[in-house]
Amino acid sequence: MIAEAGLAALWLAAAMAALQLLLAANVVRLGRPSGSGSPLPFRGGVGVGEVSPSPSPVVSPHPNPSPEPKAALGQREGLSQQFARAIRPVAIAQGALVALAMLCLILVFARSDMSVRLVVENSHSAKPMLYKLAGAWGNHEGSMLLWVTILGLAGAAVAVFERRLDQRTLSATIGAQALIAIGFYAFLLIASNPFARVFPAPADGNGLNPLLQDPGLAFHPPTLYIGYVGISVAFSFAVGALVTREVGPAFARAMRPWVLGAWIFLTLGITAGSYWAYYELGWGGWWFWDPVENASLMPWLAATALLHSVSVLATRDGLRAWTIMLAVVAFSMSMIGTFLVRSGILTSVHAFAVDPERGAFILALLAIYIGGALALFALRVGTVRQGNVFAPLSREGALVVNNLLLSVILGIVLIGTLYPIAAAAFGVQLSVGKPFFDKTTGPVALALMVFMGAGPLLRWRRDTASALLKRMTWPVAGFGAALIMLVPFAWGIGVLPLLGLALAAGLAVASVAPLWGRNLRRTPLFTWGMVVAHLGIAVSLAGMACDSAFTKETLVVAKIGEPHAVGPYWVRLKGLRPVIGPNWSAIAADLSITRGQDGAPFILSPQARYFSDPPTSTTESAIATKLDGQLYTVLGKPDPGGGYQLRLWWKPFVTFIWLGGAMVALGGALSLLGRIRRGRVRVAEEHEA
Amino acid sequence: MWLAGLAVLAVGGASALALSALKDQAAFFYAPSDVKKQGLPLGRAVRLGGLVQGGSIRKAADGVTLRFVVTDGAATTPVTFKGIAPDLFRENSGVVAEGRFAPDGSFVATNLLAKHDEKYQPPELAGKLHETKSLKQ
Repeated sequence: MIAEAGLAALWLAAAMAALQLLLAANVVRLGRPSGSGSPLPFRGGVGVGEVSPSPSPVVSPHPNPSPEPKAALGQREGLSQQFARAIRPVAIAQGALVALAMLCLILVFARSDMSVRLVVENSHSAKPMLYKLAGAWGNHEGSMLLWVTILGLAGAAVAVFERRLDQRTLSATIGAQALIAIGFYAFLLIASNPFARVFPAPADGNGLNPLLQDPGLAFHPPTLYIGYVGISVAFSFAVGALVTREVGPAFARAMRPWVLGAWIFLTLGITAGSYWAYYELGWGGWWFWDPVENASLMPWLAATALLHSVSVLATRDGLRAWTIMLAVVAFSMSMIGTFLVRSGILTSVHAFAVDPERGAFILALLAIYIGGALALFALRVGTVRQGNVFAPLSREGALVVNNLLLSVILGIVLIGTLYPIAAAAFGVQLSVGKPFFDKTTGPVALALMVFMGAGPLLRWRRDTASALLKRMTWPVAGFGAALIMLVPFAWGIGVLPLLGLALAAGLAVASVAPLWGRNLRRTPLFTWGMVVAHLGIAVSLAGMACDSAFTKETLVVAKIGEPHAVGPYWVRLKGLRPVIGPNWSAIAADLSITRGQDGAPFILSPQARYFSDPPTSTTESAIATKLDGQLYTVLGKPDPGGGYQLRLWWKPFVTFIWLGGAMVALGGALSLLGRIRRGRVRVAEEHEA
Repeated sequence: MWLAGLAVLAVGGASALALSALKDQAAFFYAPSDVKKQGLPLGRAVRLGGLVQGGSIRKAADGVTLRFVVTDGAATTPVTFKGIAPDLFRENSGVVAEGRFAPDGSFVATNLLAKHDEKYQPPELAGKLHETKSLKQ
């Protein structure tokens, strides 16, 4: 019965979303200030008048309502208020219902109910509990359900927490959120029902792909999805503001915490995913330019740009149309990402068990939402008044450059990701990989780092070049010193890694420079956030440059007792032993490792695992984390001449990559906390006034 | 408005940069008989797909260098690969090798992708000779 309950909850949630949309449309229509003539996009298009739960007699059917008597206006206002009051509980109910459906699916997986098709196809009763639970979203239907669950919960969160936005814009925002949800509910209910039964029920399931049987699966997809789908809130805000023509600093201040929240999760998800791929796939890389990684990187790039432009809008009332556009682009990238991953159009590590017909469905949704939002943007951009202007050399100017460079990287990644699909349409098979992306995005990213160092040292509105140069003295000195130190002993590591390392040093100095001469206790939390996040980028950049410049790799056939060198370490194969896991068996190699010839030895045990359901083998790397890097060991195949293949890497400071990523997310969290506090104070002051 | 102009310019520049780089960097897919027909694509990363010819896998004395022959029925290409081969890399089974051609017509692979199993097979390669799964090992 759990499966049926889940399905029922899903239908009810869809109904709630429809109701939410109707209510929002009515609030927007009734609450429209009289005299503003142009027809609203919701009018007629959705058939609001006919289906509305309580059709109001006072609303004029003409697109240009003539000035109405005072009483009628008051009545309209009252009705609009009523609808607006109703919309919050409906949005919360929708969130609760869809969460209930997700919970039902998790329960069905936890109980290994083999009469549900999804469980049969993706689970097995012998699987450890953690993977049974995580298996609920390790497949197409489940991950789409998780997608709408987060969408519904995000809508509910907006309904509960958002207090700054005016009622009409807020209702329009929640309505836009409902409109997105309806499409995806339709997709789930029509094309990918997660609760479908099989009859007769088989004795056991097919099992989950062993590559996915890792604690990473339990955390990586939900984190990433919160970020991905959280961007939908920014999109809905943009749509709401366009509908009610309220694009301004107040709107930007209301939107900023939501963008920040989604962006933090996106950052965490990408960082965690990168580390997961690094240790799970067993060939030492931390970023593969895999289409699915790109699908998560593109919304991040757009959201990062949005985060910075929304600051300009909130603080200086500039970049109005651009910010709205970025919000639309950011969510479009989330949708394109969903399409790429879920349509199975791309060959990818992640594209498990896919179906082209569903791809067509998502593509249609994509076209409707993005096309609709762009059309609305085109219709309303004329009403978005020109914001404040600023000199090119100013904080705003630097943020514009940041936005442009991020857009360029986004454009390159998008083209590189979609190009193979376009080529396939012409019957040419090709792949676009690391060489392309490294060569094209690398230089742009380094240029971005330069502006990132300078931006926070510039004043708002206008600044002078001499003042900037003066403030840039120490960062430039840091860059120069690093370069001079590196060139003699690291010549030949390549231009990009060398520049990357030197820039990381300069950027690290530049990112803490805004704290210079300030009372650290009185520095606002969001300034700390910026400093930590920018420093995180510098740390991450240093890690990437070190990894590509100084990694040492050894590939050998190791016989028992023979020493092999990798970087500063000596690795000896001590012996091999069998290991039995809950649903796999393995051969583990015990490696005795010393730093230098006679350091204190420690043991690493990489494994070659064999899974029976489905029959697959995987390699489990063993990694030793040291202060100055990681030793990464992989067990290969037995050699007919005796011994085993071993693949060993010494990766100096590779951990900085993820440490930096975590710092960026932490910076975002500090900033969010600071904004929320400041917002509370501001709201309180307004109430007192 | 100048911002919109800049944005168009930036994105246009990015596209131009990307498309010109794509010409050099996109790895095209070759089967051994394509090479016979079109000549050797020297100096660029490509993918070679086909079946591993039965009895052709040889291991060099260092234990980590493999030599084998890829065939598509009409033509063959010898391949060398240094590294740990994927688990489902075996004779008479599909393989995709990433790497470059040498002037003598042999192929130096930097990465091997072997078909994994029936379930996790990408749809666009289903039913074709060069069935593959990009499990990077």
